[in-house]
Amino acid sequence: MLKALQIEPEKCTGCLQCELACSFQAEGVFNPSKSRIKIFTFHDEGRFVPYTCTQCSEAWCMHACPVEAIVFNDRTGAKEVLADVCVGCKVCTIACPFGTVNYDQDDKVAYKCDLCGGAPECAKACPTGAITYVDADHTGLARMRAHAAKTANVGASA
Amino acid sequence: MAWAKKVMRVNLTTGRIGSEPLNMDWAMQYLGQRGLATKYLTEEIDPKCDALGPDNKLIMTTGPLTGTMASTAGRYSIVTKSPLTGCVACSNSGGFIGAEMKTAGWDMIIFEGKAPKPVFLHLENETAELVPADEIWGTSCWHADEWIHRKYQDPLMRIAVVGRSAEKGCLYAAVVNDLHRAAGRSGVGTVMASKNLKAVAIRGTRGVGNVRDITAFMAAVQKGKKVLADNAVTGQGLPRFGTNVLMNVINEVGAMPTRNMREVQFEGSSRISGEAMHEPRESDGKPNLVTNAGCFGCTIACGRISTIDRGHFTISNKPQYWGASGGLEYEAAWALGSDAGVDDLDALTYANFICNEDGMDPISFGSTVAAAMEMFAMGVITKQHTGGVELKFGSAEALCWAADVTARGEGFGLELGLGSKRLCEKYGHPELSMTVKGQEFPAYDPRGIQGMGLTYATSNRGACHLRSYTVASEVMGVPVKTDPLVTEGKAELVKAFQDATAAVDSTGLCVFTTFAWTMEDIAPQIDAACAGGWTAQKMLETGERIWNLEREFNLAAGISGKDDTLPDRMLKEAAKTGPAKGKVNNLHEMLPKYYEIRGWGRDGIPTNETRKRLGLKSGGLAA
Repeated sequence: MLKALQIEPEKCTGCLQCELACSFQAEGVFNPSKSRIKIFTFHDEGRFVPYTCTQCSEAWCMHACPVEAIVFNDRTGAKEVLADVCVGCKVCTIACPFGTVNYDQDDKVAYKCDLCGGAPECAKACPTGAITYVDADHTGLARMRAHAAKTANVGASA
Repeated sequence: MAWAKKVMRVNLTTGRIGSEPLNMDWAMQYLGQRGLATKYLTEEIDPKCDALGPDNKLIMTTGPLTGTMASTAGRYSIVTKSPLTGCVACSNSGGFIGAEMKTAGWDMIIFEGKAPKPVFLHLENETAELVPADEIWGTSCWHADEWIHRKYQDPLMRIAVVGRSAEKGCLYAAVVNDLHRAAGRSGVGTVMASKNLKAVAIRGTRGVGNVRDITAFMAAVQKGKKVLADNAVTGQGLPRFGTNVLMNVINEVGAMPTRNMREVQFEGSSRISGEAMHEPRESDGKPNLVTNAGCFGCTIACGRISTIDRGHFTISNKPQYWGASGGLEYEAAWALGSDAGVDDLDALTYANFICNEDGMDPISFGSTVAAAMEMFAMGVITKQHTGGVELKFGSAEALCWAADVTARGEGFGLELGLGSKRLCEKYGHPELSMTVKGQEFPAYDPRGIQGMGLTYATSNRGACHLRSYTVASEVMGVPVKTDPLVTEGKAELVKAFQDATAAVDSTGLCVFTTFAWTMEDIAPQIDAACAGGWTAQKMLETGERIWNLEREFNLAAGISGKDDTLPDRMLKEAAKTGPAKGKVNNLHEMLPKYYEIRGWGRDGIPTNETRKRLGLKSGGLAA
């Protein structure tokens, strides 16, 4: 069963534990500026929104890459950048409609979320459950349940 | 290890910026942040210097854990000599800029001298420059923050900035970072402005590594997070209600300072409490609270993000305040609320926004307004002084007017900016100033919580709850319950809290973790990250060393044991209601014992044996 990251912004407090965990996993140091997942703060609205790659099926980045440096991991569903193949042309960063593929000016290659090989550190680190890793066929299950609970029908208490 | 081992020195007079290695011998003795920066300050300035002159220095400092993944590890402090108290000032803040500075590769930035013209420091990793700030001098923190972000087209830059209150000499001006977090107390913002330094803007992309034993560190961090999540205060109370969960609790205990501390219970407390912030407003059906928010790395997330009712008199014609921003914490809700007798939640939120927008400590501001209100009630301050404003207890309009004029340094606001002590002296009523060593009381009446009397009297930065929060024990039972109305055992309790807090303030962690964490939870995180063998015992010894070094600074600055006292109102006027009815604070029963267990003489000066034991200079700093 494939899993996917499920993000519930209303639970996010903007603490950046996910960015710390991501950068530590990927780079070996605590460095939010290198995180594959980013928290966006909409200060005037009091909203925090985690955002990262959704691992599109027909991934724009993968199709755009001229050297086939972005590959499909059929075990996790992730689109992964092969750093030793990537030539740093940045076409993938242009192709991605969501901006979740970026260029690392230190390493001179593209980088993006690879789901940590199937055990995403961001989800493990999130203290509020704003980021979870769930059945890819049913990322909407929790929201369906919440709305189902509000549905009026004739129950035992009626 | 964990330390970046690099200090930036910025001479504002000459414009020279240099880099030097962190003194690791001192780091082994003083750890980081509060302790280590105090060591640097005592070595580098004359404690008798003019706090607002070029001889004072201002140190922006992180702890070894700042920027790591430990929960709450985003703290930084500003250490300098305070213009409000003449004592050493150390103001701690969260938000994100502390971690950004560490991520850029720096433990500390030491600012010295005074810039000939207004400047701000722009720092990106190894590159730093002083940039003219003429266009933002004379503007608010919020405006300057937006202007700098726009100038560099960099939304990820973190900024600490002073507002107009600091520029106009308000003696309790704060340094505001990330729009609504502040190094709040003792006038550290006033010192920054006195150096013509408007802001520090930082972008760091190097990361924080150098952890001594990363496997042990991640295990200790994980364990610590679980302890915070499982604890009722840090896992439930603080995230849901913020620190303002205390409003109703402290009122019931009878330790809610009200109307310049004339009373110990406030009839309006339930209307300005953490619970009230969740209640839908009658006008628009929305609650005051929009969401809770975490500082860098914090898994507690006690921060409040609030809105004001758009129809409220404070903002109905000011759309710039219609959005959400930093909401009321307990101290602000008390100082702006109970102490001024105001129970209008929207008005308090507005005054709090203004304190953030222009960088004022809401505790000192609210307490000063309360003293002015008492003098207004006595007819000592009149409408002629205020320009026609009825500065009455309970007036939301007067409170919000006072916030506006003090933030901008206009008219009577300049007098309110003097702080309670100087204002009351100026009008001939020094007895009405609820201060110790010139700094205003926080939100716990020492008649109802005896240990807090000793806490305030002996605090190294003037009256303050964050130097030894015995409320935890006396009210909440952390780590053990003690009776708030007795003095026995409080000297020992205060010393233990003072030493432990001084150590925690030197790590990069937030002191709020200590509702759940003991030193046995904290020390393993430090020890895994840092060389030096940081056991719980060594942490407490370090805390005691820091406490005594701060004391030495104050003694050398001319402050003495005679200043370890409370206003007569606390010592002679009994509480009128509640569990503490009929009680005063019995400081005299605690202070001699406190000196004794500190290893100080009866004059409050550390003995040479104590100095030797802690590795401090024989004869004190002046010797």
